[in-house]
Amino acid sequence: MSPDGSPAAPLSPDALLKTPLFDLHVELGAKMVPFAGYSMPVSYPQGILAEHRQCRDSAVLFDVSHMGQLRLEGPGAASALETLVPVDIVDLGVGKQRYALFTNASGGILDDLMVTRRGDHLFLVVNASCKAADIAHLRERVGNACRVVPMPERALLALQGPKAVDAMSRLAPALARLTFMSGGAASIAGIACFATRSGYTGEDGFEISVAADDAAALARALLAEPEVRPAGLGARDTLRLEAGLCLYGHDIDTATSPVEAALSWAIQKVRRSGGARAGGYPGAALIDAQLAQGASRKRVGMVGLDRVPVREGAAIVDDTGASIGNVTSGTVGPTVGQPIAMAYVAAAHAKPGGIVQAEVRGKRQPMRVVAMPFAPHRYFRG
Amino acid sequence: MTVKYTNDHEWIDAGDIASATVGITHHAQDALGDVVFVDLPAIGSAFKKGEVAGVVESVKAAADIYMPADGEIVAVNEALRADPSLANSDPLTAGWFFKIRLAKPSELDALLDKTAYDELLKNA
Repeated sequence: MSPDGSPAAPLSPDALLKTPLFDLHVELGAKMVPFAGYSMPVSYPQGILAEHRQCRDSAVLFDVSHMGQLRLEGPGAASALETLVPVDIVDLGVGKQRYALFTNASGGILDDLMVTRRGDHLFLVVNASCKAADIAHLRERVGNACRVVPMPERALLALQGPKAVDAMSRLAPALARLTFMSGGAASIAGIACFATRSGYTGEDGFEISVAADDAAALARALLAEPEVRPAGLGARDTLRLEAGLCLYGHDIDTATSPVEAALSWAIQKVRRSGGARAGGYPGAALIDAQLAQGASRKRVGMVGLDRVPVREGAAIVDDTGASIGNVTSGTVGPTVGQPIAMAYVAAAHAKPGGIVQAEVRGKRQPMRVVAMPFAPHRYFRG
Repeated sequence: MTVKYTNDHEWIDAGDIASATVGITHHAQDALGDVVFVDLPAIGSAFKKGEVAGVVESVKAAADIYMPADGEIVAVNEALRADPSLANSDPLTAGWFFKIRLAKPSELDALLDKTAYDELLKNA
């Protein structure tokens, strides 16, 4: 037996970075794997499927401290950030959070990120694999207009699941009253935190920024709640895929535009052609043209009609065998119980309901194009 | 019982050379994680040693099952096809993959015995 895909040569264990929760992961029996330069838990002894179900049924805790946290400080921070993202940051209210994308000159995506406006600064969370490049990009492009302050002294925990709020109610009632895509500072079990009501699973939940020195104590306090068990990156991936959420470097990258990626919803009217602050970000002309005319290919969801899992890299063909696209993420959805995948396909094939063929080990597997998410979002909007 | 192991973490029980049973080891199922799909060969098909005879897929990865010796498929585990999690819960008995008629039973001499396989895992 051997894996089909040969993973990139792993770094020697010594070269891997550790999050402040490394010792806790080992204590909990996690299987640690290299991810974005860090040693991260892919799963705990209960396994990916059980962790996935725990998140859909109750609550789980993820360590996402490998992700990049940073502040943009100064009165010009919001306007400055708008020169790098096609997103309305200037009008973002205090305590509100928004999904954003760094674009490049050809309209591709450099990274996706979360932006929260706090009283006197913007708080950004970016992907682990992109954080060094993002910080360099911000410093080079807007370093004169605002202060770019990386926060390596902070850890990030994600408490996710329908019962996350029950645990939070006991530990920090003020945070339990937040609504989806908003944030606030409070102490949780006596530990100073900044939390947002957001996540990467499609479930209700919180992402909690905490001083690295306090992270293990916070994690232990959250795991002591009866609803909460630990979950690793394996379950995080199946959960986000069922929720239809993109994984950077797979479903979106420098060669995919926000319009192709079906992320046009992230571009507010005010930043589109005719809006009060239209354009002014890298690739704006190309992206505006795609918003007006549509893109030639589009990210879609697909459900397998047979049981065969369809994975990243599989070719998508039409009934005549002509290539129409490729799969960027795929697994068997533990909640939906069927093979699910995201793919880029030619616009003519992007309509939900159509049948396309995925090529797996030389055989064609029929798949139905469907609207995402595969599992319904259950966010708390108040 | 004459169980041998491959370097690729298959086991073969050649108690009956006309119907030797093949599966994956405990180590293999643990490395894969939750198995959600198996692709089993057609009965009657013949493979050379080292050829891909099947596929096992977990939520996170797909892995090939290699033929441990030349032979012809004489049976496949329909219970495993129906419930792939048997590969996790009982990889050495109920979670077997297929049975083969060995073309060259002497090929098994080159495979690992239990002691050698355990040694391989220790040094992995």
